Amino acid sequence: MNSDIFVVIEHLRGQVSDISYVMLAAARGMANATGGKVIAVILGHDVETLARDLAADRVLYMEHAAFADFSSDAYQRALEGVIKEHAPRAVLFGDTTMGGDVAAWLSTHLALPLVSACRTFRADAGALKFVSQICGGKMMAEGDLPAPTTLVLMVPGGYKPEQGRAAQAPELARVNAPALDDLRVTVKDYVEPAVGDVDVSKEAVVVSIGRGIQNQDNVELAEELAKALGGVVAGSRPVIDQGWLAPTRLVGKSGKAVKPKLYLALGISGAPEHVEAIGDSEMIVAINTDPAAPIFDIAKFGSQVDMLDLMPVLTEKVQQAKGL
Amino acid sequence: MNLVVPIKLVPDLVEELVIDASGARLDPDALRLKLNEFDDHAIEQAILLKEKGAGQVTVVAPDIEGVDDALFTAAAKGADRLIKLTGNWNNGVNNHALARVFANFVETLRPELILTGVQAHNDLDGAVGPQLAEHLGMPYVGYVSGVVVFDNKAQVRKEFPGGLIAEMDVVLPAVLGIQAAEKPPRYVPISKVRATMKTAKLETFPAAELETAGAPTTVRLFQPETGARATMLAGDADAVATRLVEIFREQGIL
Amino acid sequence: MTIPTITNPSFNETFYASLQTPPTGERVRTCLQCGMCSGVCPFGYVMDFPPGRMIAALRSEIFDRVMKSDTVWMCVACYACTEVCPSGIPLTEKLMARAKEELILSGAVPAELQLALENSQRYGNVLGQSPRKRADWTKGIQATVPVFGKEKKSAEVLWYVGDYASYHPRVQTTSRAFAQVLNALGVDFAILGSDESGDGDSQRLAGERGLFEVLAAKNAQAFRKYKFGEIITTDPHAFNAIKNVYPTLGISFPVRHYTQFLAERLEQLKPLLKQPVNGKITFHDPCYLGRANNIYDEPRALLQAIPGAELVEMSHSGKTSLCCGGGGGGMWLEGFQWEKAHTRTSEWRVREAIASGATTLAVACPYEPPRFEDAVKTVREASGMEVRDVIELLVESMEQ
Repeated sequence: MNSDIFVVIEHLRGQVSDISYVMLAAARGMANATGGKVIAVILGHDVETLARDLAADRVLYMEHAAFADFSSDAYQRALEGVIKEHAPRAVLFGDTTMGGDVAAWLSTHLALPLVSACRTFRADAGALKFVSQICGGKMMAEGDLPAPTTLVLMVPGGYKPEQGRAAQAPELARVNAPALDDLRVTVKDYVEPAVGDVDVSKEAVVVSIGRGIQNQDNVELAEELAKALGGVVAGSRPVIDQGWLAPTRLVGKSGKAVKPKLYLALGISGAPEHVEAIGDSEMIVAINTDPAAPIFDIAKFGSQVDMLDLMPVLTEKVQQAKGL
Repeated sequence: MNLVVPIKLVPDLVEELVIDASGARLDPDALRLKLNEFDDHAIEQAILLKEKGAGQVTVVAPDIEGVDDALFTAAAKGADRLIKLTGNWNNGVNNHALARVFANFVETLRPELILTGVQAHNDLDGAVGPQLAEHLGMPYVGYVSGVVVFDNKAQVRKEFPGGLIAEMDVVLPAVLGIQAAEKPPRYVPISKVRATMKTAKLETFPAAELETAGAPTTVRLFQPETGARATMLAGDADAVATRLVEIFREQGIL
Repeated sequence: MTIPTITNPSFNETFYASLQTPPTGERVRTCLQCGMCSGVCPFGYVMDFPPGRMIAALRSEIFDRVMKSDTVWMCVACYACTEVCPSGIPLTEKLMARAKEELILSGAVPAELQLALENSQRYGNVLGQSPRKRADWTKGIQATVPVFGKEKKSAEVLWYVGDYASYHPRVQTTSRAFAQVLNALGVDFAILGSDESGDGDSQRLAGERGLFEVLAAKNAQAFRKYKFGEIITTDPHAFNAIKNVYPTLGISFPVRHYTQFLAERLEQLKPLLKQPVNGKITFHDPCYLGRANNIYDEPRALLQAIPGAELVEMSHSGKTSLCCGGGGGGMWLEGFQWEKAHTRTSEWRVREAIASGATTLAVACPYEPPRFEDAVKTVREASGMEVRDVIELLVESMEQ
């Protein structure tokens, strides 16, 4: 039985995504328990740049023009052979809009078990256990990670991405890509997010609004507060879907992950898709009239006052404080 | 164009989730089931496609309590065929088994396009869609929020993190995991659903034997620890704002 | 004799005919086009087709244009038009509700309203809360609130609580106060707990009649399970539904609004009202207590029984009362109506309350405390204005 842990590196347009580092951090703990190595798998080109700070013992990479964009078809076919050949103890994928398209297909195709929504692993008397987060974050499921090989879809939150980064580049080993002709899934074009907009992932103060904002006119109250605090406004899914904020301001699973000094969550309940993108914030302050809102479980400070009452008062007080 | 939408029901999170005596399952007596919200979007997307051109929409579901409502509602929205797969669903079923059952049956319908919810909140062994695609030898794209069909391909919009959207071509027949229909699922008045109940036919077919291999076994369920809960600030908006300004100062934000 | 048959009646024709059902529907043909309905309507000025123009459109067979306008959703079913119509046309009940029904059938439902309707369908309450927790508001309170099927099989009074009174944190305060009053008067009562469903009246007037019928049937089933003398409710919408509309579905039970029930017991109540409640109080007539059901005196009699209370009237009062904006689906069209009008009737109403010299705005409908309290926050000159249900004022006066 191979005791190595494979991590399929997720990258988009030359950038390795945070979930990849989270998975490397998780894989290190697993490899320590199994006595195996952490092997990163990269499908792409310009691999040296992508691999330069991966905390892996080795990188297996494949280069092919088909990897220039993400095609589930290409990924499935390419990974099939690697997994079959090495039969590692576990193969980790991001439980994301990319990994989700690939892992479940491979599980069926290779008849290998699959665990999804996995947040953490633990070793128990030599056996690896998974802990998955299900039912909108309301329930955790724990079980044994089936041997000899299991595919795992991982959600963020269980490990810090910094622990998956290394100062030194790992050793690279090239693997030949299989024939990837006649792909049935191909990228034709990209629709770019609005240009010239702020990048919420780089801001030090994020004032984030959820369903509690009630209507578009109230967004201005949040804008004023953000301006006073020297930050920007972002939002959760319902606000973006209503068209009240640009899609570039979406914080969450299908939007951006943020790591500001202050994340002020206004009227946001704290669904897991949102929470996973704000875990690296230095301080979360949550305002929500529902005392049972899950956001309070991860916030440092909270209040049940109505956000619509709070915003103008807080804006004024912040302005005063700055004037002093 | 033959459009097929496999759906499933999931626990309604409005109700409290109770862990049963075994410690590894949710107590079925405390559960209320509802249509997986992403499947609702898949139904809507299928009906939108039907409305844009020729096509027949078939909705397929495991025959469990509450599914009739979901199926009749789909019919009232415009679905043409409603199919329940009968079998021993009592002990719950994982997505690997469900995908096999769906594949086995759906094959007989010769679909050109299969739309299903990209995920469900109780998925523990991956989503149904990509597994179904593999069984049927079809390509799969998930997290789709827009579909146009022409010739023998579907042009789909797939969301990536950070707001980037890819426009992709997928060769038909294919399976798409729907994140959001082009328009939010429509409302159907109850009178329409009731009228549909009188006219629409629920067809039943026996499900293939449940083959659960490929999913992990849950040994223990538990509620997430909420250890470091927020320090709650009391008082009215004014008091809370005053305290927040102090906190922002202490943290060097102001 | 051959009767001419119209093989393909237009939508305009079938819609017009559907309004003219007896006993009062045929009056739609007597419309004078006087325009009073449109003038009195709180949102008539933002509507492309206020009631009078809607009838004109029907007569000129261009009703499809009405269906293309979304401003029908500005109607808050406040009965102001019905009240002033010199021809006695059932504008609110028939014309407006039917127009909304057609919009819902065509799929043109604003998203917020859709959510409320879906919640009612699925959970039996518009707030989308667990139906199992409907009686949770009774937990940990001092007053005793028996539940049918648990503590009691029969009672003199079945208290129909309603959605907002059961689940909305602000309105739960009113529910607790009513429980206290019932306890103090020694009334033999019980609630239905999780057997109760929303009354459905506002859903009906928002155009979802089928949903109303389903909810009515569920409530009828619950009512029939237990023995009781009469139904009392704190909710004028529920009162209106059970009194006037449930009987048309074969569901007939005696029902009264709590203000009627308590006004009848005024002599028993008066000695309990010991604490003076100082300041001027003005009473906002809820549309479904006043205009829809002609109950104006009882709530005022209760307020006048409070020592120290001085009752003043607003410029719109009694039959001319101005709607809080919550009826006919308005509760669930907050964002939509704001975007159309950029004003709220609740804010106008609070300004009227200030102008009357009152320091307390008394109400008797569960839609109102949250709406008016919100308005008090946004209308600058209103700070300090108290919004209290009549029951809450009674309880304040009862407290030691």
